[in-house]
Amino acid sequence: METEQLEILDFLRRHAPFSDLPEETLAWVASSVDVAYYKADTQITAFGDEIDGLYVVRSGSVEVFRRSGDLYNRLSEGGFFGEFALLRNGKVRFPAKALEDTLVYIIPAEVFHELFENHELFADGVEVEDKTRLRQAVARREDANELMTSKIKTLVQREPVAIDSGATVREACQRMSAESVSSLLILRDESGQSSKDTSLSHSMLDGIITDRDIRNRLVTPGLDYDTPVTEIMSTGLVTVEHNQLVFEAMLLMLRHNLHHLPVLKDSKPIGVIAISDIIRYESQNSLFVVSSIFRQTDREGLAALKPEVRSCFQRMVNEDANSRMIGSAMAVIGRSFKQRLLELAEDKLGKPPVPYCFLALGSMARDEQSIVTDQDNAIILDNSFDPDQHDEYFRQLAEFVCDGLSECGYSYCTGGIMATNPKWRQPLQVWQDYFAQWIDKPTPQSLLDSSIFFDLEGVWGKTQWAEQLNQMVAARARRSPRFLASMARNALNRTPPLGFFKDFVMEADGRQSNSINIKRRGTAPMVDLIRVHTLAVGSRARNSFERLRDIIDAGILPKGRGPDLRDALEFIAMVRIRHQALDLDEGQEPDNSVVPENLSDFERKNLKDAFQILSNAQKFLRFRYQSGRSI
Amino acid sequence: MPGSEKTAGVKAPLPWSQRFVQLAEEARDPRIKAFYCAGMVDESTPLEEVPLLAMDFETTGFDSSKHGIVSIGLVPMSHRRIHCREARHWVVKPRVALDETSVVIHGITHSDVAAAPDLSDVIDELLEYMAGRVIVVHHRSIERAFLDVALKARTGEGIQFPVIDTMELEARLHRSKAPGIIDWLLRRRPASIRLADSRERYHLPYYRPHHALTDALATAELLQAQIAHRFSPQQAISELWQ
Repeated sequence: METEQLEILDFLRRHAPFSDLPEETLAWVASSVDVAYYKADTQITAFGDEIDGLYVVRSGSVEVFRRSGDLYNRLSEGGFFGEFALLRNGKVRFPAKALEDTLVYIIPAEVFHELFENHELFADGVEVEDKTRLRQAVARREDANELMTSKIKTLVQREPVAIDSGATVREACQRMSAESVSSLLILRDESGQSSKDTSLSHSMLDGIITDRDIRNRLVTPGLDYDTPVTEIMSTGLVTVEHNQLVFEAMLLMLRHNLHHLPVLKDSKPIGVIAISDIIRYESQNSLFVVSSIFRQTDREGLAALKPEVRSCFQRMVNEDANSRMIGSAMAVIGRSFKQRLLELAEDKLGKPPVPYCFLALGSMARDEQSIVTDQDNAIILDNSFDPDQHDEYFRQLAEFVCDGLSECGYSYCTGGIMATNPKWRQPLQVWQDYFAQWIDKPTPQSLLDSSIFFDLEGVWGKTQWAEQLNQMVAARARRSPRFLASMARNALNRTPPLGFFKDFVMEADGRQSNSINIKRRGTAPMVDLIRVHTLAVGSRARNSFERLRDIIDAGILPKGRGPDLRDALEFIAMVRIRHQALDLDEGQEPDNSVVPENLSDFERKNLKDAFQILSNAQKFLRFRYQSGRSI
Repeated sequence: MPGSEKTAGVKAPLPWSQRFVQLAEEARDPRIKAFYCAGMVDESTPLEEVPLLAMDFETTGFDSSKHGIVSIGLVPMSHRRIHCREARHWVVKPRVALDETSVVIHGITHSDVAAAPDLSDVIDELLEYMAGRVIVVHHRSIERAFLDVALKARTGEGIQFPVIDTMELEARLHRSKAPGIIDWLLRRRPASIRLADSRERYHLPYYRPHHALTDALATAELLQAQIAHRFSPQQAISELWQ
């Protein structure tokens, strides 16, 4: 054909994997296509059919099925199918059906093979576009992780042991001994009367007592054994539903520092789970570490926990926890170190002269910490702060905490973003001015220096000030296209590597290297780009996965891109985490430098997919926020 | 009615296959003779066995007696597939002046046509493409009438051929009855049967109009959609063509 097929060419130019082809090749491809129309619900290809080309969805939508009849994938405009068959024996393995009225462009088999042989980017793209593969890789990890998928009810060993609220502590103790349990539920029947009938079905949960309550609240103060049990029980209980996840129970226990959790079904207690139950799932888990942190009485003691933190991390990796869980467990541990150090600092230095809020920034604030991490922190001071009178106290406090963190394995921030830096130890008003300046008059440099502050969390003291700042940022950023454009520009500074070939990384400009910095080239640009969209939609979520959920809900991403990004982030984060766990296994200092040689074929392939998704997402980011264009 | 269109030179409304035999005998221009000699499928041939050719012209205006052809787009197809690889597109020099309004529509300029061949230079190839195929157009009066006039001017002989008109297929559905009082009260307007509007009804994507090749492709896709929704591949071609 002499003239380019204008519409087809335009379409291919806009869609991966064709978008990477040279213009002449693209014109040749466009002029070779066959076009076919399928009414909704009609079969496009059937199992075992001879495949004649790569089917690209031009409009409408298509469902691809496994042979079993299970849905394998759903494709919309720009999606394609048939590549499996083309790359194998030419017979359709995954039948396809039009879900809506659908127009497809069919790239003839010989053209497809020619492109696949001669254009590496196209070949990569064809495989990347099989996004379900990545999804399955991620899903498998989730399945393998019992903590993430097990329901709490599976931990419930027996009916809860309970006593009515009219009993004395003596009776309660006798009951506990007889049943050999360390906790006892206190029940009241629904009429509000104490219940002689302790069958659970008609009773309300009033409270709980544990061995520890008897020690601390009865024996130590020297109360009579006939004290009513209601006087020493804990009330206002934190409970879980039987169908919640074990993981959620674990987080609840961490957050509230609990050792026993009543499990409810239809508001009735059906059991109690204790820390020991969860420990069966995770012997050296983060709960242990956290409770050890709070038991330490000095910095040396805290520093001595470093190996425990590391083995906790390794354990979680080995037990196939996902990045979300590891990231938040590590952040909880990091936060606990900070909180304990602050308690110790206040013990040593005395009560603070004015109220303050100690901030966590970056990965800790996002609940995405790994084992290799800088400390990024800062302090918000009360507006009544007077440097001459008060600063010496906070200087010493900051020094104590930052030195302590360094001893615990959180290295000093090379960029000087620490509470020890006077610039980042300022009254609330100054912080508000900082943020206003960053948002209203952004320069690429100021944002490069300050973007870490846009992930911020109060961990100690007046944490509501941190929330105020977060609120201000969320409200202001979305209305400032210039700010978003500058953030977007920064988010594009770091690009994912092109791909892997044998034992080295190929860069877009043809250079090769023997390793990649998986944080700098993977997780960081991903987190950066998610942050820009987050600010643009006014979300206040801090965790990247939660942010993604808000972004997807806001509907600003092209169809399907949100879940792809989520899977890509999960995969890249897990490669980083596993790489670090491997370093620890081998007795090496963990870092972010991943050597392709050490990756399995599976990881290499999926990582390539994930980087391609990240790269596409960056293209979209550039398109959406370029040159200060508004939403 | 199928195959019954009255055309000069044919006394009785013969079926198209027989008419082609007769026209082949009458034709003097060897190219046109060859076209008719290639024959035409029988009226009862099922749609799925008929070779088709989507065709679109851009012209300098709507009146075939006053205006000329400036470009031709051809896209061979079957009821299942449209083959872009064999598609053709020509810009040709009309024998009448280009007027400004039509330049605005199809974007083919004076300098484009100045360099273009005369239609007579592409007749051979055009007729070879058309031979043995049923032509598919949107709004038949344009292509059939313009080609008839253009060939008369160059060979002294006109041309006849059956067409499937996607616009007429839409009209059968949407213009089958005169609008009644209820429609008037409800302010119902008859559905547009223009190419872009018709395509939209079948959820076909938007294509920029007024490029002969794109319009031919757009017409080809529309026919596939119409067949998928309203006809069966086993239906006789006589039910679609005119």
